[in-house]
Amino acid sequence: MSTASTTLPSAGPVAGSRSFFSRLREGDEIARMITFVFAASVVILTVLLVFELWNGSSLARHKFGLAFFVTRVWDPVFEQFGALPFIYGTVVTSVVALVLAVPLGIGAAIFLAELAPARVSDTLQFFIDLLAAVPSVIYGLLGLFIVVPLMREYVQPALKNTLGFLPLFQGPAYGLGFLTAGIVLAIMVIPYIISVSREVLLSVPRDQREAALALGSTRWESTWKVVVPFARTGIMGSIFLALARALGETMAVSMVIGNAPTISASLFSPGDSIASIIANQFSEATGELYTQSLIELGLVLFLLTFILNGLARILILATTQRGSDMGNA
Amino acid sequence: MKRIAAILLVTFGVATFFVARAALSITGAGATFPYPMYSKWFEEYHKKDSSIEINYQSIGSGGGIRQVTEGTVDFGATDGPMNDEQLKAFQDKHGFPVLHFPTVLGADVPTYNIPGVSAELNFTPEALAGIFLGRITKWNDPAIAGANKGVNLPGNDIIVVHRSDGSGTTYIWTDYLSKVSEEWKNKVGKGTSVNWPVGLGGKGNEGVSGLVKQTPNAFGYVELIYAVQSKMLYGSVKNSSGAFIKADLGSVTAAAAGAVKTMPDDFRVSITDAPGKTAYPISSFTWLLIPSKFSDAGKRDALKGFVKWMLADGQNYTEALSYAKLPKEVVAKEEKALNNIQ
Repeated sequence: MSTASTTLPSAGPVAGSRSFFSRLREGDEIARMITFVFAASVVILTVLLVFELWNGSSLARHKFGLAFFVTRVWDPVFEQFGALPFIYGTVVTSVVALVLAVPLGIGAAIFLAELAPARVSDTLQFFIDLLAAVPSVIYGLLGLFIVVPLMREYVQPALKNTLGFLPLFQGPAYGLGFLTAGIVLAIMVIPYIISVSREVLLSVPRDQREAALALGSTRWESTWKVVVPFARTGIMGSIFLALARALGETMAVSMVIGNAPTISASLFSPGDSIASIIANQFSEATGELYTQSLIELGLVLFLLTFILNGLARILILATTQRGSDMGNA
Repeated sequence: MKRIAAILLVTFGVATFFVARAALSITGAGATFPYPMYSKWFEEYHKKDSSIEINYQSIGSGGGIRQVTEGTVDFGATDGPMNDEQLKAFQDKHGFPVLHFPTVLGADVPTYNIPGVSAELNFTPEALAGIFLGRITKWNDPAIAGANKGVNLPGNDIIVVHRSDGSGTTYIWTDYLSKVSEEWKNKVGKGTSVNWPVGLGGKGNEGVSGLVKQTPNAFGYVELIYAVQSKMLYGSVKNSSGAFIKADLGSVTAAAAGAVKTMPDDFRVSITDAPGKTAYPISSFTWLLIPSKFSDAGKRDALKGFVKWMLADGQNYTEALSYAKLPKEVVAKEEKALNNIQ
């Protein structure tokens, strides 16, 4: 009895260790499982995030319904909440930022990757990485104390005198507003565009360039007609990254946008963005409906990012399709 | 890696050692406006009685009310008193009420930047409400110029600047405007954030003062302490007795003293537009929110001990930090109210 009882439990660990070793031998399987869990955690996090935002805004969703998207009033005292001015501000500032940053960033990346000597390129890349690491509150301060006065004193009067017939450049020049926020955002996202685009351009195979040169194209022709189209998908990726950063940027925007929930065709007008109002008002928000409306704004921002990313993806798909068609023709 | 782990371990060990040494740790959260005062008080009180450590997180008044209601902190702090609905929510959740204890006083001052004007301007309540409603748009409007004879005010457009973040400063300002202007009360109301009829928003006192300083013809409001410490130009405001009063520690305390007679037993009182010849009209208390029942007798006695000390010796620290101290009448009333904490 006693021997049986001592041998029986020992069988367990032996069997266990054998299967443990056999599982170890199949290391591929373990690695697959572990990395799968890691990858799945991203999806789980996203779902949890949406669920929390959805759940936390139930009262506001039921009260305002779809009208939340088109209401222009944001009144914490009388508890009337609408997201329209904030959606407008977020989209307008991001668009202004991309319009300014994309040509500049891609141009700089082309120079660094294709035309500049390696040493210059690496040194400049160091500074660009440094810029990308600057906290956004620093950009906000820079915007408030340098860009805003410059805009008010020089840029906005100049724009008004030359392009003032456009509705974009009318109204009083406060210095703060959509245009200034867009410019500060552009300064913030340019390093991302340059950094990623440069890497992508550098990774274009040498044969591509050499083939173009061998066919008699100039250096610029090989860059613009062969290398850049080859790297197009990667460059678009850098623009996504920039767009995502611009949409969600909070601190710097809230310091220069003027924080007045207005919808105006003029880029000189002060406005407000979704991220900015959440950051501004959440800590002092009292009352269920008020807090929940702010949470619903978070949901709206999530949705907006989703839609804009989707639109950008469709746009890319369309352009790359056309590009390859042209290549075939 | 190993070294980092070792450093972390040592730090953690040292931290737990110190935490373990403090016999009693009390946590609070809430208003940012009195934070410098509170942290000074908690530090001094810890020096006096090293067995008690009070941790305070300045997360904003709204957060303070939320957290004390949730019961995640031992006490809260707020710049605007809890409303009846919030008091009821606390009572329903815990079965006993939460009490307000005024600690110090603050005030808002009007500040401006008019090219060529360095005088301290006088503002009537009508002028302040008119400017913030967007009815008065020029600096030389009779409503402003009438109270400032001898100052050459330009005909430029006024650029209104307000706080963009929710804040007790805004609560005091809008509470005042609601009292002096029927139109403001009905159209905009009072709150830590409101639907501003006009103007640009700056984040924090520094955001508002930054905008006012760099924008010609701007007009905004900031906390008195901030205006004093950053040596800003600010105006006087006409009080309910008809006198133009410049905000300072004395005139703010006078406003509290003027309101003592009408002060309810729960201390939830607004002292904007308070009676009194020398009272500054845009003043306010800031409050601690203390539950009236504690399950932990040690915490209860420690917190009561602190409030008692704060009302007596603690008040001597206020003026060095530019906070106005409580009038004697309020102190006496609070000492009595302390007995309601069980």
